[in-house]
Amino acid sequence: MPESTQYTSGLLLCLLGSVAVTVLPKVLPLTFLHGDSLPSLLRHWLSFVPVAVMAALVGPDVLFYEGQFNISTSNLFLMVALPSLVVAWWSKNYFLTIVFGLSLVILARAMGLY
Amino acid sequence: MTQSLSPVAEGLRRGVPIMLGYLPVGFAFGVLAVKNNIPPALAVAMSVLMFSGSGQFVFASMWGAGASAFSIIAAVLIVNLRYLLQSAAESPWLTFLPRLQRFLLGLGLTDETFAVHVTAFQQGWQCNLITLFVCNHSTQLAWVSGTIIGAFCGELVQDVKPLGLDYALTAMFLALLVPQCVSRLHVVVAVCTAAFSIAFKSIGMSQWNIALATVLGASMGVYLLLRKANRDGTPLDTPISGTNRTNTDAPQQRRTHA
Repeated sequence: MPESTQYTSGLLLCLLGSVAVTVLPKVLPLTFLHGDSLPSLLRHWLSFVPVAVMAALVGPDVLFYEGQFNISTSNLFLMVALPSLVVAWWSKNYFLTIVFGLSLVILARAMGLY
Repeated sequence: MTQSLSPVAEGLRRGVPIMLGYLPVGFAFGVLAVKNNIPPALAVAMSVLMFSGSGQFVFASMWGAGASAFSIIAAVLIVNLRYLLQSAAESPWLTFLPRLQRFLLGLGLTDETFAVHVTAFQQGWQCNLITLFVCNHSTQLAWVSGTIIGAFCGELVQDVKPLGLDYALTAMFLALLVPQCVSRLHVVVAVCTAAFSIAFKSIGMSQWNIALATVLGASMGVYLLLRKANRDGTPLDTPISGTNRTNTDAPQQRRTHA
């Protein structure tokens, strides 16, 4: 362990800075932006943010498996995500889609496939 | 989802799948933080004050690697840029609220709570503050609880993999992404943005990838929308947004206000 007091104050400073750069992006637009009165083009742009950000999050989640880019049958999450997409599209049911995906993962691991 | 639930129950309905994912990930963060020389109490404080999975993981691993405070804060800022976009995208639905409440709702914003709330708004849900706060803070409770267990008794839990919980949040995003794809244009945006995000991550931009891909994807969506409007000779209509409080004449979708 490094020197205690200096170490701890450095850590606290770093923590405070990190809290600030986390909380400010979350609250500033919601608190100060009048989303209703923005220019139409910007509103259209923002209307694409939900679909874009969810795709940006889920893409790497599915195609990176155990830290590696992997588009083969050895990627369990990819093998589960593909039928999950079909279930989501077909059932339009949020919970069913989640339970289906989780069950497949549990089943595949219980059977020793992954 | 056709029946109307009480505001609290609706908040929990949104929160439960997220909590399933947050508990094990919060636990993993607690374990990792302690491994990287962060005292357990501070690890828990981070989960309370930051409430941001990726930011906290970046912090813990960089701190453990001995990075400077400046570079850690810069990296945390970069991974959190996506919150600016999410917060702005959610704002049209909430403008009628007092500023303090919007501020408090901002504190509870995460990738997951943003996704479930904005999906509900798009489906015509009438804003209910109790639902929003119950969802935000029940999930935060799971996040903090997971961190506490991980930081103070990380050796208790061996492996969450047999329970499939490492897949829980991915399962949730898939379940939310599909209903987002309301038109061919949205499908194109989703597929391309996912590809951008994967590409950025593959070339080592794993802190920038979400925000950059989102900006590119949303811009592409607007470009394609404008091109289509030009070709059809029709002006752009005003995008839907948060006038829910007064929209008695707007079509009420399946999800009645809870």
